[in-house]
Amino acid sequence: MATGIRDKVVILGMGCSKFGERWDRNAEDLMVEAFEEGLKDAGIGRNQIEAAWFGTAIEEQHVGKSGVPLAMTLRLPYIPVTRVENYCATGTEAFRGAVYAVASGAVDIALALGVEKLKDTGYGGLPQRGRGGLNNFFWANISAPGSFAQLAAAYRAKHRVDAKDLKRAMAHISVKSHDNGALNPKAHLRNRITEDDVMNAPMIADPLGLYDCCGVSDGSACAIVTTPDIARGLGKKDLVAVKALQLAVSNGQEVQYGDWDGSYFATTRVAAKRAYREADIDDPRKRISLFDVHDCFSVTELVTMEDLGISEEGKAIDDVLDGFYDAAGKIPCQIDGGLKCFGHPIGASGLRMLYEMYLQLSGRAGERQRADPVLGMTHNLGGFPSQNVSSVTIVGSYGA
Amino acid sequence: MTNDFGILSYGAYLPRRRLQRKSIAAATSWFNPGLRGLAKGERTMANWDEDSVTMAVEAARDCLAGVAPAALGQLMLASTTHPYDDRQNSAIVANALHLGSALRVLDVTGSLRAGTSALATALAVGNDALVCAGEHRLAKAASVQEMHYGDGAAALRVGRGAPIARLVAAHSETVDFVHQYRGHDRPHDYAWEERWIRDEGYMKIVPAALAALFKASGAAPAAVTHFCMPCTLPRVAAGIAKRAGLAEGSLRDNLAAVCGDTGAAHPLLMLAHALEESKPGDRILVAAFGQGCDALLFEVTDAISKLPPRGGVTGALARRREESNYQRFLAFNDHIALERGMRAEVDQGTPLSTLYRNRDMVTGLVGGRCRKCGTPQFPRGRYCVNPSCNALDSQDDQPFSEIGARVMSYTADVLTYSPDPPAYYGMIQFDGGGRMMADFADVDDGKLEVGMPMRMMFRIKEHDAVRGFVRYFWKAAPSGKQ
Repeated sequence: MATGIRDKVVILGMGCSKFGERWDRNAEDLMVEAFEEGLKDAGIGRNQIEAAWFGTAIEEQHVGKSGVPLAMTLRLPYIPVTRVENYCATGTEAFRGAVYAVASGAVDIALALGVEKLKDTGYGGLPQRGRGGLNNFFWANISAPGSFAQLAAAYRAKHRVDAKDLKRAMAHISVKSHDNGALNPKAHLRNRITEDDVMNAPMIADPLGLYDCCGVSDGSACAIVTTPDIARGLGKKDLVAVKALQLAVSNGQEVQYGDWDGSYFATTRVAAKRAYREADIDDPRKRISLFDVHDCFSVTELVTMEDLGISEEGKAIDDVLDGFYDAAGKIPCQIDGGLKCFGHPIGASGLRMLYEMYLQLSGRAGERQRADPVLGMTHNLGGFPSQNVSSVTIVGSYGA
Repeated sequence: MTNDFGILSYGAYLPRRRLQRKSIAAATSWFNPGLRGLAKGERTMANWDEDSVTMAVEAARDCLAGVAPAALGQLMLASTTHPYDDRQNSAIVANALHLGSALRVLDVTGSLRAGTSALATALAVGNDALVCAGEHRLAKAASVQEMHYGDGAAALRVGRGAPIARLVAAHSETVDFVHQYRGHDRPHDYAWEERWIRDEGYMKIVPAALAALFKASGAAPAAVTHFCMPCTLPRVAAGIAKRAGLAEGSLRDNLAAVCGDTGAAHPLLMLAHALEESKPGDRILVAAFGQGCDALLFEVTDAISKLPPRGGVTGALARRREESNYQRFLAFNDHIALERGMRAEVDQGTPLSTLYRNRDMVTGLVGGRCRKCGTPQFPRGRYCVNPSCNALDSQDDQPFSEIGARVMSYTADVLTYSPDPPAYYGMIQFDGGGRMMADFADVDDGKLEVGMPMRMMFRIKEHDAVRGFVRYFWKAAPSGKQ
């Protein structure tokens, strides 16, 4: 009988590069930047790493395929290196590989590193790519903002929400993330904006304007994980442990079948339920201290807070406008600026979110530090609302 | 021919956008002041994702009224603007219409008479046939042709059954009179002086063909109630009617003011329009000019009153959106070098082996319906998508192209590359089950809403400019129903 991942693996160290338009750096430079910090934080040498997982999504833009780029760049000592890709959950997927390797007892110390160098395309937004074989024949001409924008249309129709009211709540979400990002020296976007800026920004995919979309950034983040015993043996105190690690992947029910109405993420609802069970959390609205969710677009964050069971269905607008998720609110969301302002180098994003939770739980988040956080939750959403990969991770103080 | 043979049904299609001729003149008359005199009315304008094949498919669907005829033995596609020189264009149409592989198809081209020649041949052969004609006509900027031409398609089903019109007589004259031509690999027509075309061409060749038809058949010219004579030169058709001894008032509107001349499709489009407005006993004379003349005389039967309703030319004309942006017309026809942006640079190569394996799915919008649980699904997987079924290889073919759908979610996307931004797309739910994320076509800005009824249309998905390949698929367009 499976017992889940709770408290079996702890974070030994983490690193994160500065995110942004890193015109003067290659992907390899960003990997080293994150790795150097992570290695120092862990207090180990590279030869103590026994296995590594490498997350990168659009590898054709930068490092290329396989685990080789990670091993070459970091000069890893002929260890197993596995390259993973799972849309925007890629970074979390790398983390999952490393955590499971440690939990299985196969290795003592494992590395997860994610990287993406998106700003070598010559244009804004995510790179335009083919969809592969048969998909090219029948997939609609979708972009990321265009697929997520549809959440708004379906949400408005389902909950009979006025378009302006929804857009105002979406604007509040972006303003909040910019306020948070302004306090984060590693964030891509550090400017503050107003709700009017959001409301009046150029349209990207109706109703998502420029400020409803997250930054497209270069960056890398990494985690070194081990067992609680080994961490203590290495002199670590106040351990941050993995409480839950869940993934749900669409199987065609949303896009081909069933009663899914386009206004929410079926996968996130499933993954969240499983994560709460795995972490033994019965009332997340009371227990979770902080969220870093996949705010690729403002509307994604809004519906995700319902899918995670924090806001009641159809009521996220109220919570958002009440400031429930603001930095000074009941449960801050995107305290580090989120994808919106920290930035979204795809393969690194899941690890970047965990990096902030790790800093917060270790009391090292500087100006952004919250008082006594106990449980932090991260969430990734890759693909499209109609067919996607959703990951939910909970970390927290070991034993709590 | 026996009494039960003739035209069984008709259909028509016109692109929704209607380019205002005054907009053309406003942009071009600085160069050619003579165009001001033609700046009246509007012409049809194919969308960026329409060509003679897609328009012919839509006309054929209108003609078949949602029913694929089991007896169909032949499909003909007439056009001077076939998208492919070597790939049977009519085979694409046949696949989109689910006509099966046991079918004789023929691309007819090379003359503005291609449509009537195809129809005359089908009537002469005497088997069940679907005759389609479609044109996406290109003309140089600031040319007279640009003013006169239109884009569109028509389809006629010929065969045994209860014909709505029977052929009374037919005659063809072939004369290598080159009033205009388009050489191999040339995008545009090259035309000679109009006065010569009128005096030596139309006014001599067409009356001779009509006279021969009446003489051979013994039919009375005065009995003709509808005379379909595509011609953009002023007063020529009326002059022909008079010379042929046709009754006054029999000359039909050539749709110049509302559609323009759709080339090889136009005689069939005018015939469809005439059938639409005819009553039993009417006689319809169709003449087409181009390196000679085809003349076909029909008598409308009682069955016309029992023909199921369809859009026809009237419906196609009514499905209209005014277009006053001449630059858009130029861009759609690749007449200006737009900065399309790097997102347009994605390689659109088509793996032909993949297309072949999935041709029914891609060209016919064929999905599956589970025999065990009845779930319709697109695309069909090996396992049924119903989570309480998941049966293996349990699905029969389920075409979705004729099934209505409703919008579940939508957006207007200005980020993704589209030749006509914003790109509209969204999730649609088919009536009776099945759903997909679909590109939308012919959407009005700000008019989409959840629950809006849609109809699938056969359209161009991508142009592979590098390899000269056109990839087709289906898009959802507002059906106009409630």
